[in-house]
Amino acid sequence: MTTNKPIIKKESVISINDLNKAFGDHKVINEFNFNLFRGENVVVLGKSGSGKSVLIKLIIGLMKPDKGTIHVLGNNVPELNSSELDEMRVKIGFLFQSNALYDSMTVRENLEFPLRRHWIKTSKQDVNALVIEALTNVGLPETIDMMPSELSGGMRKRIALARTLILKPEIILYDEPTTGLDPITGKEISQLMLDIQKKYNTSSIIISHDINCVKIVANRIVMLIDGTCYATGTFQELENSKDPKVKQFFE
Amino acid sequence: MLKNIFIEVGLIARFTGRFFVEVFKPQFEFKEFLRQCFYIGNKSLPLVVITAFIMGLVLTMQSRPTLLEFGAQAWLPKMISVSLIREIAPVITALICAGKIGSGIGAELGSMKVTEQIDAMDVSGTNPYKFLVVTRVMATTLMIPLLAILADAVSLYGGYLGCNIKGVVSWDLFWNQIFDTLVFGDILPSIIKTFFFGFVIGIIGCYQGFNSSKGTEGVGQSANSAVVISSLLVFIIDLLAVQITDVLNLN
Ligand SMILES: Nc1ncnc2c1ncn2[C@@H]1O[C@H](COP(=O)(O)OP(=O)(O)OP(=O)(O)O)[C@@H](O)[C@H]1O
Ligand SMILES: [Mg+2]
Repeated sequence: MTTNKPIIKKESVISINDLNKAFGDHKVINEFNFNLFRGENVVVLGKSGSGKSVLIKLIIGLMKPDKGTIHVLGNNVPELNSSELDEMRVKIGFLFQSNALYDSMTVRENLEFPLRRHWIKTSKQDVNALVIEALTNVGLPETIDMMPSELSGGMRKRIALARTLILKPEIILYDEPTTGLDPITGKEISQLMLDIQKKYNTSSIIISHDINCVKIVANRIVMLIDGTCYATGTFQELENSKDPKVKQFFE
Repeated sequence: MLKNIFIEVGLIARFTGRFFVEVFKPQFEFKEFLRQCFYIGNKSLPLVVITAFIMGLVLTMQSRPTLLEFGAQAWLPKMISVSLIREIAPVITALICAGKIGSGIGAELGSMKVTEQIDAMDVSGTNPYKFLVVTRVMATTLMIPLLAILADAVSLYGGYLGCNIKGVVSWDLFWNQIFDTLVFGDILPSIIKTFFFGFVIGIIGCYQGFNSSKGTEGVGQSANSAVVISSLLVFIIDLLAVQITDVLNLN
């Protein structure tokens, strides 16, 4: 199996400088620096509790950093007001680790939710077409009128993925997209992520423990250890690293 | 302990203040508002009707012996109508709704909070405060007065039956007596206070849900505190209402 090739670095879409975030005395993100380039898939690897989810929540503006800047498509996220934040978020897809499907709504209503923004003008047919397209992409068109509680764990993950992708975002932040899926579906989802990257030239940050998925989707890997960007490189580079802290993730 | 209470009161006040800011912003979520109104009515109607009926009936039956001692049983409709309309029906309705609606809102929003659905709304460009809190608070503020008026009518009907268990009061006489007794100053304050009851039930339920801590235990706690605090506030408002009507010479 071939791995994803590194991208020739040009324009950076996310640029993080000297980022710090602590909860009480617990420093989770500490002097973190990072750049995501256009068209690139970066996988963030790190132990459970190392602050990977916190990192992408800082990027989308769900948490405020203690210090540092996060430039997304040119805007510094911590300084945006709510309408600027909303404008930025249209261009970003966010897949929650917990899926966060609205359990009082059907699958269709879940997918329509990101299209509710009052300044997005779409006709009923267009909305319907988008919903069906998104569901077909994840292979679940038959679930359109079901409630999230009627779906299996893996199906919920895929619906959440469909909801993330429905607006065709420029940047996608995936929090464990293949966790809880069987190897075959996991591979299909990884392939889908790759297809989306190729088709729309999206840039993504992917949090994953699933080495098979990482191997398929990553152009570059970033190791988040002790709150900093400990090492970065391609899959091969890090796999052959001599550093035991890095190597243990690939065993 | 005392300090915590003050902090909590401050936070609730700020949460409430936000309501008045958000309610005037454009894009009212009318569909969600109607859904909530229907839900509230549907959920508490049977309980409110049954309880109001029994309260009316029992109050009448228990008052009769006392009035009989003075030979004043003809005053029965007058006496019960004042206590039912001014106090018992509104407060009982509010308490039932605090138990059913307040806990329901606390648990629903609490579980949405801990499963990150509220964050997901934020990311999807829908202001969760406006979508979830404003609609629910408006719905309780509108529906609880309606339920209380219904409870007024049903409890008086219970009173009518109570009068006729031992003794005879004709339908016309009963209602004539009641409408002769009840004046503007009885009815209006009792209706006005139910708007406040509805408001606090909604806002406290939402506040508890929005500030739910992680885990299922946190959700249970939110539901529980929603009931306790809103019931307490119902009594406090009741106390204030009687003072105010007193000052205004409406008693
Ligand atoms: N809202 C919060 N309040 C306090 N501490 C938090 C909060 N969110 C996260 N943390 C802490 O930050 C640390 C990192 O959490 P995070 O969820 O980012 O881990 P993670 O790397 O995503 O782990 P996993 O792989 O298990 O999902 C944890 O130690 C957690 O206790
Ligand atoms: Mg995580």
